[in-house]
Amino acid sequence: MAKETKTLNLNFGPQHPAAHGVLRLILQLDGEIVEKADPHIGLLHRGTEKLIENKTYTQAVPYFDRLDYVAPMNQEHAFALAIEKILKIEVPIRAQYIRVMFCEIGRILSHILNVTTQAMDVGALTPTLWGFEEREILMGFYEKVSGSRLHANYFRAGGVHQDLPKGLDKEIGKFCERFPKIINDLELLLTDNRIFKQRNVDIGVVSKQDALDYSFSGVMLRGSGVAWDLRKSQPYDCYEQFEFKIPVGKNGDCYDRYLCRIEEMKESINIINQCLANLPVGPIKTDDGKISPPPKKEIKQSMEALIHHFKLYTEGYRVDKDEIYTAVEAPKGEFGVYLISDGSSKPYKCKIRAPGFSHLQAMDYLIKGHMLADVPAVLGSMDIVFGEVDR
Amino acid sequence: MQNIQDLEKILNSQLNTKIKSSLIKHNQIYLKIDETDLIEVILFLKTNPKTKFRQLIDITAVDFPENEIRFKLVYLLLSHEFNQRIIIEIDVKEKEIVGSITSIFPAANWMEREVFDMYGIDFKDHPDLRRILTDYGFEGHPLRKDFPLTGHNEVRYSHETKKVIYEPVKLEQNYRNFDYESPWEGTKYIKEQTKE
Repeated sequence: MAKETKTLNLNFGPQHPAAHGVLRLILQLDGEIVEKADPHIGLLHRGTEKLIENKTYTQAVPYFDRLDYVAPMNQEHAFALAIEKILKIEVPIRAQYIRVMFCEIGRILSHILNVTTQAMDVGALTPTLWGFEEREILMGFYEKVSGSRLHANYFRAGGVHQDLPKGLDKEIGKFCERFPKIINDLELLLTDNRIFKQRNVDIGVVSKQDALDYSFSGVMLRGSGVAWDLRKSQPYDCYEQFEFKIPVGKNGDCYDRYLCRIEEMKESINIINQCLANLPVGPIKTDDGKISPPPKKEIKQSMEALIHHFKLYTEGYRVDKDEIYTAVEAPKGEFGVYLISDGSSKPYKCKIRAPGFSHLQAMDYLIKGHMLADVPAVLGSMDIVFGEVDR
Repeated sequence: MQNIQDLEKILNSQLNTKIKSSLIKHNQIYLKIDETDLIEVILFLKTNPKTKFRQLIDITAVDFPENEIRFKLVYLLLSHEFNQRIIIEIDVKEKEIVGSITSIFPAANWMEREVFDMYGIDFKDHPDLRRILTDYGFEGHPLRKDFPLTGHNEVRYSHETKKVIYEPVKLEQNYRNFDYESPWEGTKYIKEQTKE
């Protein structure tokens, strides 16, 4: 009697705790082996790019918080840099330091979330509980500086919205003293953990060539041994002034990517410490009244300041006709903004290049031939956040 | 790191018949080429040892509804080795079919799907040209300038039929797009009023 076999189609998500959001993954299974994966995305599509085309440059900033919502300020940074390059604005050095510092806080925020949820996807609950306690503190810093824990809306073209409140630098310093021990604790739980290694080592291996062909960036690229970090290769703001290392993986598997993220967090702490040690004093945004709003005090006394304030919050500032692509090293990879301005106060076109989009695209290539249980492990190591994938 | 001026020279000498114009701005090279040369140029940029643009960063389109050739298709490439970025632009008419570069860069697959979804530009020889970001059964191309910001349909759960239903968008108040641009010269709507 001939045995009949057939493949099984399985719907993974869109409501599934290991899908990291709203991913619908249609898996073709032969027994427990995945033959084909077809990710259906767009369930969180909000038309960010269309909305940005209809708002002024200032109004467009908050949309960037809502892309990768675990590291909001890193994305605002890309947009602010794009406008600054077109308008040739000099950003005061203190503002650059503050921006770098908060970008690194964003990186830690994102990496804690990813490392711990990756561990949860393969069965470890404790790291999540420990890690989220620290995220809470970091989001506290976000709140103190911008007024909100997640959607900061803090970076502006030409600087940042407000100066650091009194004492915040000391608090961040204290956190930096304490945090390396927390990373150590997480590593004790995971790095040599037998189950964690069995689930991650040699899973989802990406070769150097494939990482390039599939447009991987960030940890996905570095995990495969390509030493490429935009903070080093195309430095923006004051990243040139800091000393930090770029951790690079060897095997390109899920475990190497986890190790890269752990090391990157240590480097971020290092950068924040350097920021705090050399934090310059001075203005926190450009003094060009046509771009940054005047201080509240001046509005009460100066007619010119009042007019500037009114014009900036109604019409907004105009950006010369130009087109530009700027990218930053966001926690998840290269986050880019392709901006076309037409001389008015609204962008003509603003294409957002999200790292997660290219990473998720390679799902089929990464998971083919793996077991069903490896799907969450691979997905977890890709660091997908649907805010940015779906836009 | 290779000098960006040298790189532009190499491109102009090796591809001279195919390049319509080249420009260095913001430390990036902007190339304008014809649609028919697209695949050849991209393949050259990827494989030539002097350029090595081995990574496709993104593909996107821009809509200029008032132009005769409506769309501009933009390809962003990155060379890790020489630390350079290049922006390639081609002009595309409405309903024109563009060659797909998925055989050169597998990453182009979703990017071209997104352009197809958002702008309605077709790609020849694409393995799987489906919509990607919009809803199943969606109609229209949202990023075209003539697509309304609020869209055409809205979705809600109907308690009567016990399922999710689609309805035409009903707004309590229209989207108010104020024109702040030049209050002293008189805005567009004032001009239109005074004409009558």
